[in-house]
Amino acid sequence: MIGAITLNHYLWVSGLLFALGIAGVIVRRNLLVMFMALEMNLNAANLALIAFAKFNKLADGQVLVFFIIAIAAAEVAVGLAIIVALFRRKQTVNVDELTTLRL
Amino acid sequence: MNPVWIILFAPLAAAALITLLTQRWKMLSALISIGAIVTGFVLSLQLLSQQGHWQAPAPVQWLVIGDLVKIEFGATVDHLSVLMLLVVTGVGSAIHIYSLGYMKGDPGFSRFFACLSLFTFSMLGIVLANNFIQIFIFWELVGVSSYLLIGFWFEKHSAAEAGKKAFLVNRIGDFGMMLGVLLLWQHTGSFNFAELPGKLAAIPAGTLTLIGALIFCGAVGKSAQFPLHVWLPDAMEGPTPVSALIHAATMVAAGVYMLCRVSFLILPSATTMHLIAWIGGITAVMAATIAIAQNDIKRILAYSTLSQLGYMVMAVGLGGPTQAMFHLTTHAFFKALLFLGAGSVILALHHEQDIWKMGGLWKKTPVTFWTFLIGTLALAGVPPLSGFYSKDEILLLAFDHNKALFVIAVATALLTAYYMGREVFVVFFGKPRDQHAYDHAHESPAVMTLPLVFLAVLSVIAGWGDKLPEFIAGKIEVEAHHPVLLTAGLICVPVVGFLLAATIYLKREPSDAPVKRVLGPVWTLVANKYYFDELYALLIKYVQGTIATVCELFDRWILQKLGIGGLSGGTNLLGRTVRLLQTGSIPGYTFLFGLGVTVIIYYVVVR
Repeated sequence: MIGAITLNHYLWVSGLLFALGIAGVIVRRNLLVMFMALEMNLNAANLALIAFAKFNKLADGQVLVFFIIAIAAAEVAVGLAIIVALFRRKQTVNVDELTTLRL
Repeated sequence: MNPVWIILFAPLAAAALITLLTQRWKMLSALISIGAIVTGFVLSLQLLSQQGHWQAPAPVQWLVIGDLVKIEFGATVDHLSVLMLLVVTGVGSAIHIYSLGYMKGDPGFSRFFACLSLFTFSMLGIVLANNFIQIFIFWELVGVSSYLLIGFWFEKHSAAEAGKKAFLVNRIGDFGMMLGVLLLWQHTGSFNFAELPGKLAAIPAGTLTLIGALIFCGAVGKSAQFPLHVWLPDAMEGPTPVSALIHAATMVAAGVYMLCRVSFLILPSATTMHLIAWIGGITAVMAATIAIAQNDIKRILAYSTLSQLGYMVMAVGLGGPTQAMFHLTTHAFFKALLFLGAGSVILALHHEQDIWKMGGLWKKTPVTFWTFLIGTLALAGVPPLSGFYSKDEILLLAFDHNKALFVIAVATALLTAYYMGREVFVVFFGKPRDQHAYDHAHESPAVMTLPLVFLAVLSVIAGWGDKLPEFIAGKIEVEAHHPVLLTAGLICVPVVGFLLAATIYLKREPSDAPVKRVLGPVWTLVANKYYFDELYALLIKYVQGTIATVCELFDRWILQKLGIGGLSGGTNLLGRTVRLLQTGSIPGYTFLFGLGVTVIIYYVVVR
């Protein structure tokens, strides 16, 4: 029989999600995909917070998660707008080609 | 308001008024300037009449730095300063009025009077100062106004250069003076002339000697003593009234006046006294020898001034400030007279200054001639003119204290009579050497001759009855008795000088040839002023040039290349290196960022 799910399990999943997110940002070249990977990082953090809230019987973590979700929504709106504007200007969302700031 | 302040500030107000408002109206400017100084003269005469009831105005504290430094702006009213006030404003008034005629038609007429007033203000400031800082400030102001006036015709290259030279040479002396004042302050904590005598006991003897010598440096510069005498003859580039006022009667006397004012510092140290006496003696005889071989009517007078200033400084060094001030006063009268006379001659001949282009002028310019003759006799020390009394006192002082200096002083007196005789005979007698100039020569207008007469009268009577020395000392001095033979001998000295000059130069066609033959190389030496200017030029070229080269190398290689170049080069290199990290790839940055965060977490959590 599989044992009960403990805090550690949650944290492991959260850590894996976060690592996946980071890896996504690092290895992918498409700005849109990198953005999705970033969202995954946020959700990894959310998961960890929920887990802490559940196991410590405290509502604080859940409140924090609502904040993060709200901020992430706003961030996605701004971020996507920037990406769309960038695409209109450069006709590409490949980060290797977006090196205007480099000397 | 205390009349002393009016005497001091009226010329400043005049200078400001002329510069700011009345530049355009020449006559008005001149009248403002003359009004200011004549007011000063009248008030000074009033001060004189109130002798014994003098009240110095309350000093104003104008610079207080903590408890250490308290500097006042005050005034000293005593016999010394009242006499000097009279000399400066009296001679100054005559010269201001004379300038009306001499500077007529000059495009800088108003500017000239503004500068004269500024100078008068500065000079009166020195006279009235009651502490060292105040005297030093006015000392520098006198230097500035002197610079402005020497270089008055600044479009003339030599005049501009002469102004610069005078200012720079003066600065050398002033620097010494400043050091002396600071050293004095370090030991006593006071600048005030009234307080200082009581505090001198605290100063070690050696330091006091040094202070005296350093302060004497200021006098050496301002009174053009050897070895800083080189600026005065060149200062003759200025307009003649300026030469009369500044470089004969007043400014150059400031050094002597200052020495008399601070004689309490000098008298206790025998070494300082010796130094001062010998510098004075050397200057006196050196300048007199140079004067016998000059050809410029004003330069002869300039060297004569040097020589007479040497007398005064020597008198101070021999412990006789009274005698020095006496000679200063009479000298101010007759030397101003001589310069104004020379100016009159120069103007009569349309700005000709070479005595060898003059001659026979006594018929053409009688007033100038007679007054010039009186000035000459007074300068040479012929009784009963004022110069005789004052010079006699200095010679007797030297006789009492230092026989070697006495011999030098007598030789100088002889030379004085000789070169002045030469000047008078060559300029006023003989055959006119420039017939054209002679035909057009004319006596100067009354506005110029009246000051001449005024000064001539003063030159005659200033020495009578021992009034002046009594006034200076504030008491009747007991007359030291000297052998009658000595006095008689001293009277003969100028006569011998004149006779010598007469035998050589009182001819239809005088020339330097016989003297040149006798003196040979010595003539060349003195005609070239002992090559002082050349010597200084070399000195500056090699000493200052070397220092400048070293500084330049240091600046270029150490400061510029190593210091500034190293700093900027290092920054540049660092920037170039760090720029390599800026790849511009977002994944790269993210990776580094993640790595960084991981490392931080590792350190925070695990360790």
